Amino acid sequence: MPSRLKRQHKTGCEVYHDRISLTNRFADMIVSSIKSFGRYCMFLTQVFRVPEKWKEFFKQLIFEINKLGVDSIPLVIIISIFIGAVICIQMTINIVSPMIPSYSTGLATREILILEFSCTMMSLILAGKVGSNIASEIGTMRVTEQIDALDIMGLNSANFIVMPKVVGFVLFVPVLCVLSMFMGLLGGAFIAQFTDMISMENYVYGIQSFFNEWYIWYALIKTLVFAFIITTVAAYYGYYVKGGALEVGQASTKAVVSSSIIILLADVILTKLLLQ
Amino acid sequence: MIEARNVSKWFDGQRVLFDISAKFDTGKTNLIIGQSGSGKTVFMKCLIGLLTPEEGEILYDGRRFRSLDAAQKRQLRSEIGMLFQGSALFDNETVLGNVMFPLKMFSPLSHQEQLERAHFCIKRVGLENADSKYPSEISGGMQKRVAIARAIALNPKYLFCDEPNSGLDPRTSILIDELLSDITHEYNITTIINTHDMNSVLGIGEHIIFINKGHCDWIGNDHNIFRSKSESLNDFVFASKLFREVKTFLEKEYESEVNEENQIRGK
Repeated sequence: MPSRLKRQHKTGCEVYHDRISLTNRFADMIVSSIKSFGRYCMFLTQVFRVPEKWKEFFKQLIFEINKLGVDSIPLVIIISIFIGAVICIQMTINIVSPMIPSYSTGLATREILILEFSCTMMSLILAGKVGSNIASEIGTMRVTEQIDALDIMGLNSANFIVMPKVVGFVLFVPVLCVLSMFMGLLGGAFIAQFTDMISMENYVYGIQSFFNEWYIWYALIKTLVFAFIITTVAAYYGYYVKGGALEVGQASTKAVVSSSIIILLADVILTKLLLQ
Repeated sequence: MIEARNVSKWFDGQRVLFDISAKFDTGKTNLIIGQSGSGKTVFMKCLIGLLTPEEGEILYDGRRFRSLDAAQKRQLRSEIGMLFQGSALFDNETVLGNVMFPLKMFSPLSHQEQLERAHFCIKRVGLENADSKYPSEISGGMQKRVAIARAIALNPKYLFCDEPNSGLDPRTSILIDELLSDITHEYNITTIINTHDMNSVLGIGEHIIFINKGHCDWIGNDHNIFRSKSESLNDFVFASKLFREVKTFLEKEYESEVNEENQIRGK
């Protein structure tokens, strides 16, 4: 039983508050997180089952690849070009020591783009676009009883709705990652071409120097994991929405926030595992 | 026939259904009526299997829902059609796509036969010219009719309708009621309709169950609903001014009939 705290309210009345210790709140948070994780795992066991009809699954898969993947290409191109250009400018401005070779601008730009930007940062951006899209779509289906309609028909609604989204995005996300790397490097090349900050020869020499192929695989592995996190976490929040339009919006926000935090956590773990 | 035996349901320790027992006959329009929040939707969800009652049993033609294995449940679900309050049409599918959906997923028919069946169902609900329209492009009444067409596409044995008239004008409501009644008799379906619309009660209420605060307070039909002694039912039925006037009128008629009879007997 929490202890009672007596206070004087501004109206003059005496009011009582439950004094809940910080430890209790923390314990509640841990318990609810474990419960959510358990529910998420149960949800995944529902999602990853053999589809009712493969023909319908592949039709949905193509649709989702187009909606979640292909439609994200313009965003990836725009962001990557600008960030690539900015990284190149920053490197040129900050690396001004005679001890450092001039091609290191290209080298640093490449490393930043491949190791962090095209996989992690791009995934965080896609968590906003794709994650909110999935959570709001599935949430709307839930509140308008479309998911109940599928359940009544005897379909595994989680499998039917979510699996094509997860598989579609995970299959297409390496394309986005590689595209982002290429476009980022192209953004840097624009700076080399159209400004006098760095010569094109030095930039191209830099991006070709000390190339480690494993870094590409590392980025792709990370992107695949992040794509899985984005789609499943967003689908989980959408699938269990209760209420109306307001709750769908809240679920969408929660999906983006949670998947972003999980991505950052997974980034630390994967970097430690894959680069050591 | 669907039978509910002593069904009870709790939410977060609060009891919302109290030992409800009822039988829903085949080939009849069975109505579950009650005020908003009385528990009729929860009861219907228990009947369909969307919610599991903590106590009691649901039987579909003698088959205990709780004892069915996954394959049997799937089989049973293919025999159920459901019309949702908000129609629950798939937004990214056209009218034809919505009606075709259960056929594509569960029917062994060829594509051509599925198309024919879908067109037949669409025609049956009177929407021949709306095949290629999306749900957002048609009216609420038309959406309900598409949902009915989708519900009957697989020739269901059991049809559940959750407030089919909500949000519709009286004329369209009557059309939907008549359509549901016709389909029930035509295909000998066990139809259960959840409603609080008194026009539906009087129009198609062949078998009526009144739920009040989670209890089954009254069972009857559209003929004897006005003569009920149940106070809670009378509060519900005569809530509107129109029905109170109807009641007064009927009571006066009854009194005058009794007086006439007494006069005749006196002579």
